[in-house]
Amino acid sequence: MALLKMKFSQQRRVRLAQGLWLLSWLAVMCGAFIFCLGVYLKIELLRRDEVMENTEIHVVPNLLMMVGLASIGANWVASRVCQDSLDASRFPRWKVLLLGWFAVAMLLCCLLLAVVVLSYALQGSLEESLKVGLRNGIRFYKDTDVPGRCFQKETIDRLQMEFRCCGNNNFKDWFEVQWVSNRYLDFTSQEVKDRIRSNVDGRYLLDGVPFSCCNPASPRPCLQNQLTDSRSHYNYEYQSEELNLYSRGCRQALTDYYMGLMNSTGPGVLSIILIQLSVLLSMRYLQTAVEGAMALESPEGESEGYILEKDVKATYADVKAKALDLLKFAQVDPTSEAAGAEEGEKAAEATEKAATPPPAS
Amino acid sequence: MALLVVKFDLKKRVKLAQTVWFMYWFAVLAGILVLSLGLFFKIELRKRSELMDNNESHFLPNVLIAMGLIACGINAFGGKVCYDSLDPTKFAKWKPMLKTFLVFCMGFNALLVVTALLCFVMRIPFQFTLAEGLKNGMKFYKDTDTPGRCYMKRTLDLMQIEFRCCGNDNYRDWFEIQWVSNRYLDFSAKEVKDRIGSNVDGQYLMDGVPFSCCNPSSPRPCIQYQMTNNSAHYSYDHYTEELNVWRRGCRDALLSYYGGIMNTIGALVLLVTMLEVAVTVGLQYVDTSLSTLANPEDMESESEGFLLEKTVKETFTDIMAKMKAMGKGAKVEEGGEEGVATVS
Repeated sequence: MALLKMKFSQQRRVRLAQGLWLLSWLAVMCGAFIFCLGVYLKIELLRRDEVMENTEIHVVPNLLMMVGLASIGANWVASRVCQDSLDASRFPRWKVLLLGWFAVAMLLCCLLLAVVVLSYALQGSLEESLKVGLRNGIRFYKDTDVPGRCFQKETIDRLQMEFRCCGNNNFKDWFEVQWVSNRYLDFTSQEVKDRIRSNVDGRYLLDGVPFSCCNPASPRPCLQNQLTDSRSHYNYEYQSEELNLYSRGCRQALTDYYMGLMNSTGPGVLSIILIQLSVLLSMRYLQTAVEGAMALESPEGESEGYILEKDVKATYADVKAKALDLLKFAQVDPTSEAAGAEEGEKAAEATEKAATPPPAS
Repeated sequence: MALLVVKFDLKKRVKLAQTVWFMYWFAVLAGILVLSLGLFFKIELRKRSELMDNNESHFLPNVLIAMGLIACGINAFGGKVCYDSLDPTKFAKWKPMLKTFLVFCMGFNALLVVTALLCFVMRIPFQFTLAEGLKNGMKFYKDTDTPGRCYMKRTLDLMQIEFRCCGNDNYRDWFEIQWVSNRYLDFSAKEVKDRIGSNVDGQYLMDGVPFSCCNPSSPRPCIQYQMTNNSAHYSYDHYTEELNVWRRGCRDALLSYYGGIMNTIGALVLLVTMLEVAVTVGLQYVDTSLSTLANPEDMESESEGFLLEKTVKETFTDIMAKMKAMGKGAKVEEGGEEGVATVS
């Protein structure tokens, strides 16, 4: 009992081949789209490379690029097979390749599904990586004279302005770090000496934030310094002031941005999985129908196309039997050789015995 | 003596018609491009309409949009005519209009050239629009509680951040206006009273700039206030300090941005004009090659195609003569009527 059998007349076979040819070219474009998507995602991740600590999340765009390229190749092969399928002399050479092609197509679908799953699963890892990266960025903000870290200030400033965020979790992260370089501190002044003495590590901590935290939508010119002291600014209440600085943390902002990117590509990837699956199924039908037609006496007649020659259970049993056969064949070989050797020895003995008596007699 | 005569047999005619049809479809795409460029420019102007004074004119983008639409229409029609030109029955119905259509095409091409020139020239009035608008914008920076102007602060801040500029000509423009609202000034404080007393208009002027002027590339945290006072900040000399705030003025920055857009659009419109001229010439050849068949009944006979029926000089004198005749004809009619009236 073949699975999902369908009858194919010559005209239907021709239609199927033409339709599959178009579908496989569509799948090639989809493969190119997936590749470009992977490239775009990778570039976006690389742009903010300096505030990320590990590159685990890069597995998503890498997979997308690989699958995109493989899909372009596989679907191009499918279109060539379609072109040759109606020509009985050229089709047989694809026979062996087709088995491998089915395996590759199934693998591509699974990988695409894995990409969708991974893009959700790796959110935690992305957040961790951003947490550590941003913490370092904020710590090294003042080191504009240290080679290797001198761009940290510009990176963090531009990041905060572009993503409208301040600090790691919120703006108070800046209160815990010395973000003014010692080069610009007057160590003879009383204020500086007080602040440095007020904490264990001798750092110049202040309740102020850099200018990049300022929110342009605030009705009042930005207040950056002495933020916790409501008396230091006229008509200012620290607890109720909301618009002065960006209230969102940069880790949250960046995570939302990347998750948004990956989620918006989710439906596209899912529909491409469907297209690839339909190419796979149609190719199977075409293969079985054309092979059936070639086996007939009149190649123009009707043939049957199916997905599996027998139903699922029977195919599974077949595959199991074949696998066991292969295993058994490997096992039986040594024992049959031993048995053959024994027999050979016995035969040799017998001939020897047969040979020795005559000289005696 | 016809101008640029080319001999055509059937094969050549077919090839010519196909090529011109193909080019017409490219020209339709070019028309869509001009339309979208006009829309893009219009949107860009609208985005920053608060920074331009009220006389900002949308003349140029409107012209571009109109030209784009007309180009699409003309080229689609021309493509249809070329497609039909290989079938004598279909072509016969287009034949009478072709001459006027070609004249119209030439006029349209001239208009396209004028549009391209406009793109390059409109930069100059734009400069004045921007200067006026930015000056007013800075004046209303502090009016975040006045309806109608409450978004000026945000607009200016975002613009200075995006275009990396400060003030109108440079950052000192902020020293000359009060950009801190009175709502946030403590009038009982001595410092405020001093500053207000120090100038005629009673404005709170200070040598400071808003945060949006700050340059992130500066190695030191941004110095916004008391910028001209070297002793107010450690290790600071305002004469030699270059990286602290943006040095460019916003008028220059915006002008170079919009000037760049207009130059690009002008160059693209010129390219589109060249394409349009090419398809007009192609259509003229298609038309003439089909009208000068050696044997009108036989489609496979040879024919000649030309650009102009007579030489340039003769065509010009012909046109002048026609125009004079039209003018005289009007006069003669009047004179004839008068003569009739007087005679009777």
